[in-house]
Order: sequence, then C-alpha cells, then structure tokens
Amino acid sequence: MKGPILTATDIRVSFRKENQRRLFGRERQQVLRGISLALEEGECLGIIGESGSGKSTLGRVLCGLLKPEAGTVRINGLDIYGRHNHRENAQLHHSLSVVFQDYTSSANPRFRVRHIIGESLRVLERIVGSKLDRERRTAEVLEQVGLPSSFAARYPHELSGGQLQRVCIARALAIRPRIILLDEAISSLDASTQVQIMDLLLELRRSLGLSYLFITHDLTSITYLCDRVAFMNNGEIVERVDDIRHIAEIRHPYARLLLESVMGIGVEYGSGDNAQAQWAAAAAC
Amino acid sequence: MLQQLFKNPVALLCMGIVLLTALLGIFAPLVAPNDPYANDILNKFAGPSWQFPLGTDQLGRCVFSRMLYGIRPTLFLSLLTMLGTIGLGVVMGITAGYFRGTVDEIIMRVVDVMLSFPSQIIILAVVALLGVDIRNVVIASIFIKWAWYARMIRTATIKYTNMNFVLFSRSIGSGNFYILTRHMLPCIAAELAVLASLDTGWAILNISTLSFLGLGVQAPTPEWGAMLNEAKNVMVSNPEQMIVPGIAVVVLVGAFNMLGDCLRDALDPKAVRQ
Ligand SMILES: Nc1ncnc2c1ncn2[C@@H]1O[C@H](COP(=O)(O)OP(=O)(O)OP(=O)(O)O)[C@@H](O)[C@H]1O
Ligand SMILES: [Mg+2]
Repeated sequence: MKGPILTATDIRVSFRKENQRRLFGRERQQVLRGISLALEEGECLGIIGESGSGKSTLGRVLCGLLKPEAGTVRINGLDIYGRHNHRENAQLHHSLSVVFQDYTSSANPRFRVRHIIGESLRVLERIVGSKLDRERRTAEVLEQVGLPSSFAARYPHELSGGQLQRVCIARALAIRPRIILLDEAISSLDASTQVQIMDLLLELRRSLGLSYLFITHDLTSITYLCDRVAFMNNGEIVERVDDIRHIAEIRHPYARLLLESVMGIGVEYGSGDNAQAQWAAAAAC
Repeated sequence: MLQQLFKNPVALLCMGIVLLTALLGIFAPLVAPNDPYANDILNKFAGPSWQFPLGTDQLGRCVFSRMLYGIRPTLFLSLLTMLGTIGLGVVMGITAGYFRGTVDEIIMRVVDVMLSFPSQIIILAVVALLGVDIRNVVIASIFIKWAWYARMIRTATIKYTNMNFVLFSRSIGSGNFYILTRHMLPCIAAELAVLASLDTGWAILNISTLSFLGLGVQAPTPEWGAMLNEAKNVMVSNPEQMIVPGIAVVVLVGAFNMLGDCLRDALDPKAVRQ
C-alpha cells in the first residue's frame, strides 16, 4: 500500500493587517490555522468553505506559490518548500498542476492557445530532457478536453468562458501531472457548462489516473465529483467526510449550516423534498 | 494589434513625420543643398531662394541645410536617451515589482531620492559637474529619468504578477527569466510604448533646451535648440529666424506625443475586441 501522494501538515499562514491599530503595529491576521490533509493516489478531495475562509490561500500554499509560516507540504514525500537538486525540483513541478477560478486572467491575452499550452510543453521538455512534437501534443491535449485542434491558433478572447476553461485544463494536463488543483475552476461557468466540465474531469480522472484537489464553495459540484470532503471555516478544517454518501450525517454545526443553507439535501425529510428535486435537476442537466 | 495602428490616420501621420525626419537626418549629406558650415557673411539674413530654400542665418549659412543636419543630434540623441532610460528603468522596475521584498525596498528608496530632485536642476548640476558636453547631457537625462520609469514599470509589473497566468507559470516551474521576458515584457509593452514615445518628446525638448542654454551641442554644430539660441539674438530684427527651428521642434515633439496615445490604444488587447 502506497502512502498518500500529497500530504500537508499543520499549515499556518497569516498576513500583516493593513489597518494597524497602533503606528508601527505588527498585528497579523491568521488566515490558515493548522490545516492538515492528505490526498491519496487517484482520489478527489473536495475542500469547501465560505468566502474568505482561506481556501484559495490553502491552494496557493499547496501549489508552491506561498510559503507557509509553519507546516510542510509533501508531494511523494518531498517537501515542496525544501531545498532540492535539479531532478527533484523537476519532479515536484511536474506532479502538481493548477486551474484557477477566474479564467479571464488565467491566460495571457497576448498568447495564442498554441503558446498557452506550449508553455507547459516547454516545461515538460525541460523535465524529460528531450524535444517533443509540440504541434501533436497540443492537438492531443486539446482533444482530451474536447476541443478541435483548430483552436490552437485562437486568442483567449476569441473563446467562450467554457472553452477557455477547457484550454486551462488542457494546459494543466500538458505537463502530465499526477494531481490537479482546481481552485473554483467551474464556479464562474453556467450550470450546464459546469456539468460538462465536471464530466470531463471525471473522464480524465478515469483515463489518466489523476488525483484532484477540488476547492469550491458549491456543494452540488462536490457531491457530483468528490470522494471525500473537508469543510473549512475561518482557516480550520472543521469537519471531514470520508465517504461522500454519508454527507448528510455530518455533525459540526458550521458544516451542517452550510449543508442546509446551500443545499438543503434531505437532511430533514419533508422540508428537504423540494430542494432535493432541484438538486437532482441541476445535476442532471 | 499593429494593424490597428496602421488603420489610424493620426498614427500614420505621426509615424510618417517621425520616419521622414529620421530619413532626412540620415541622408542629410545627400539632401542638403549647401554645406551647413559654409558661411558667407555678406549674404546674411537672405530670404528664401532656389539656392537657400529657407534663407540664411546671421552668418549667411543655409538654414535648410542646418535644419537637416540638426536632425541628427536632436532626434538620434533623444532616441539614445530614451533607450538608455527605458533599459535602466525597465530592468530596475521589473526587478523591484517581480521579486518584491528587500530588492524592492532598496530600489524604490533610491527612486524616491531621485524623484525628490527637480529634474532640470539635476541635469544642470550633473552637466556642471562633468563639464559642458552633449554626452554629459545624455548621461544626466538618463540618470534623472530612469527613476520615473522604474516606478511606472514597477506598478505595472505588480499588477501582472498577481495575474493567474503568471501564478500558473510559477507553479509549473517556468523559470523567472521566461516569465519576465515572455509574460511581463509583452504585457507592460503597452505602458512602455506610451512612456517611450512621450519621453522621446521630452528628450527632444530637453536636448534642445540645454543646447539653447549653451550646455548641450556646441556652437558651430547645427542643432535645433542651438539654432534657436542664435536666432534669439536677432529676434526683434529678424523674427523669421526663430520660426523654422521652433516649428520643427513643436511638430516633432507633437508627433511623438500623439504617437504615444495611438500606440496605447493599439496595444490594448481589449480595445481590439470591440
Ligand atoms: N495577499 C493577502 N494579503 C492580505 N490578506 C490576504 C491576502 N490574501 C488573502 N488574504 C485574506 O485571507 C483570507 C482568506 O482569503 P482566501 O482568498 O483564501 O479566501 P477564499 O476562501 O478563497 O474565499 P473565496 O471563496 O471568496 O475565494 C481573506 O480574509 C483575505 O482577506
Ligand atoms: Mg478563493
């Protein structure tokens, strides 16, 4: 039995407050207060929480963009903020890829799709140390996300939101990662596109054996996609659900509140009927 | 994006003016009808004629030829100033904006110091210190102007460092050099182009001003500011002497400023969409 592919232990992050009470004050706002989580090979872990609970900050920590004040993040046992030789470094960058919420700023407006994906391919070339047939690989990943290869010549503003988000997923896939971090990757799309993208993600996971870290504030997509869920509130994980089918059994008041307010999934029968029907409809379309 | 620029009549006109001026400057020896240094004191202040299209000055030199030869120091020295300023400013600004932290603090405090001096005074001081020479004027202009650039470029860089595409590049491990040259530079190119063309206008004025004051290009060498300076002595008796170099400076500076505006519009990718 292999250990988890990604582990985070006791991550703490704080930012300096902008409005200090005293001149030269050093007050800090604690954003993450000791988060620990583990992601197994091939699973999808959902992280849910309200706005400002520190989800994106956690995402930034996990993909190596923000060094936490305390705690470690390990991918395959390698500390991503530690010192590494060239090969380990390459392996680290190679393992995790990210898709952001705001697709409008996710792609350089001056790059064609070909170059957007080409950047990932360039990194991959450096890692494997040999030239790739970029044209073919680009067409391949575009096909994987369900886009025709003729899109390679387009600019981001010539694509719709859903198409651009697919390009972002293609770009994330192009470095052949083991884990993809999706930070609200589908939240800014409309309902039917959301389902399409989620189906795509499920499909890719099956065919490529990917693991997902799925950050969202939307429970519908979590229940659709994830195996396990962690509820975040105020920088802490307040509740974990290890089997998505038992999501109705959670106890923590905050998580329950979230569950009831956002979803109203049959927590109490009778009152939840209506909402459940809605949810089913949303999931089906 | 550049097609946009070529569709804009104002931009075309400005580019035409700049290009024509540059060509005339480069081929001055072929175009100029007379030797700009040949004086003929008996024929001073002559009116326009076939031999002297714009007349002659107080020493009887051909004004038209002097104008043509004057393009070289005026335009090329200001372009040189601009390139130097931009080079230094971009390197400093991008470094400060992208790496932040201590590097940023150091660079920005130096910039603060530089910006707290009035630029003309500093240039005069530097020229006084190093000696009256056009090279020193260029060095002084670069020295005083880069800070202003660095600040603008830094702001633009910070804006783009937090864009998702830069975050993505960093997370997959594209090198800093790649990010800076492929993502940052093209993104700030719009800001840069505007700054650059406005600044070339400023540099032209600056070099002409200093030559007018006798601190830049020295006497017999033709230069627009220096010509204005010589013409000012006879401003009352022969006012037409000032008009030619005066108009030339105004037109060229105006062309650069307007080109700056058009460039900004053309380089904004959102504007293309509409
Ligand atoms: N660079 C920063 N400097 C200071 N404070 C920050 C910074 N980034 C985030 N914060 C603060 O950290 C907290 C958590 O932010 P974060 O972006 O992680 O929230 P989130 O859970 O992703 O919210 P949302 O669902 O709206 O995306 C917020 O209170 C925010 O103000
Ligand atoms: Mg967020």
